[in-house]
Amino acid sequence: MSVSVLIDIIGMVSLFVGSLAVIFGALGLLRLGDVYQRMHGTGIVDTGGAGLILFGLLMLSPDWTVTVRLILIGFILVMTGPTATHAIARAVRVSGEEPDNVKTKRKKAVKRGRK
Amino acid sequence: METVFAITLIALGIAATLAIIRATIGPTSFDRVLAVNTIGSIAVLLIAVYGFFDGRPEFLDIALLYALINFIGTIAILKFFRFGTLGDHGLHEEGDEQ
Repeated sequence: MSVSVLIDIIGMVSLFVGSLAVIFGALGLLRLGDVYQRMHGTGIVDTGGAGLILFGLLMLSPDWTVTVRLILIGFILVMTGPTATHAIARAVRVSGEEPDNVKTKRKKAVKRGRK
Repeated sequence: METVFAITLIALGIAATLAIIRATIGPTSFDRVLAVNTIGSIAVLLIAVYGFFDGRPEFLDIALLYALINFIGTIAILKFFRFGTLGDHGLHEEGDEQ
């Protein structure tokens, strides 16, 4: 087995695992119960999915200019994704929305019962 | 090789559909902002993988631009939610600090 075939196989496997990570992250974004919990799904898409898919494309890139652009896209995503998620979390916290736990669930249930 | 890119494209399409559903039914506006941010990240990956699938890696420039604009758009929407304006705080009323 030559080295280029090995690199191709590594790229394909990480593309496949990355697409699984993106699907599971989006599923978490759809199914979880709270804004704070849904942020977890976004984190999986931004780190695991984007990192693995870009790494797989890096392994399969035909030219060095393509490699430079892929590294630049990965750098920008790594810098901006957590910053945007952090800003959203801070905005939700400032707006007064409380995270789901036992106490706030009871409070919300009481409020719903009064209605 | 193209089969792997096609499978990845289909998976990214499914993920984008799920995120669009969340952006449609989201109870609060922050859910919608979160979902739109996720759709932007998925779109960057989708453009990059489609460039490889089509044999035209020049699409990566568009992906680069989309990643930058996605971040700026999210921060702008959050600032608008928080302050009600996009930075022209002193224009409509006479501020006392100016």
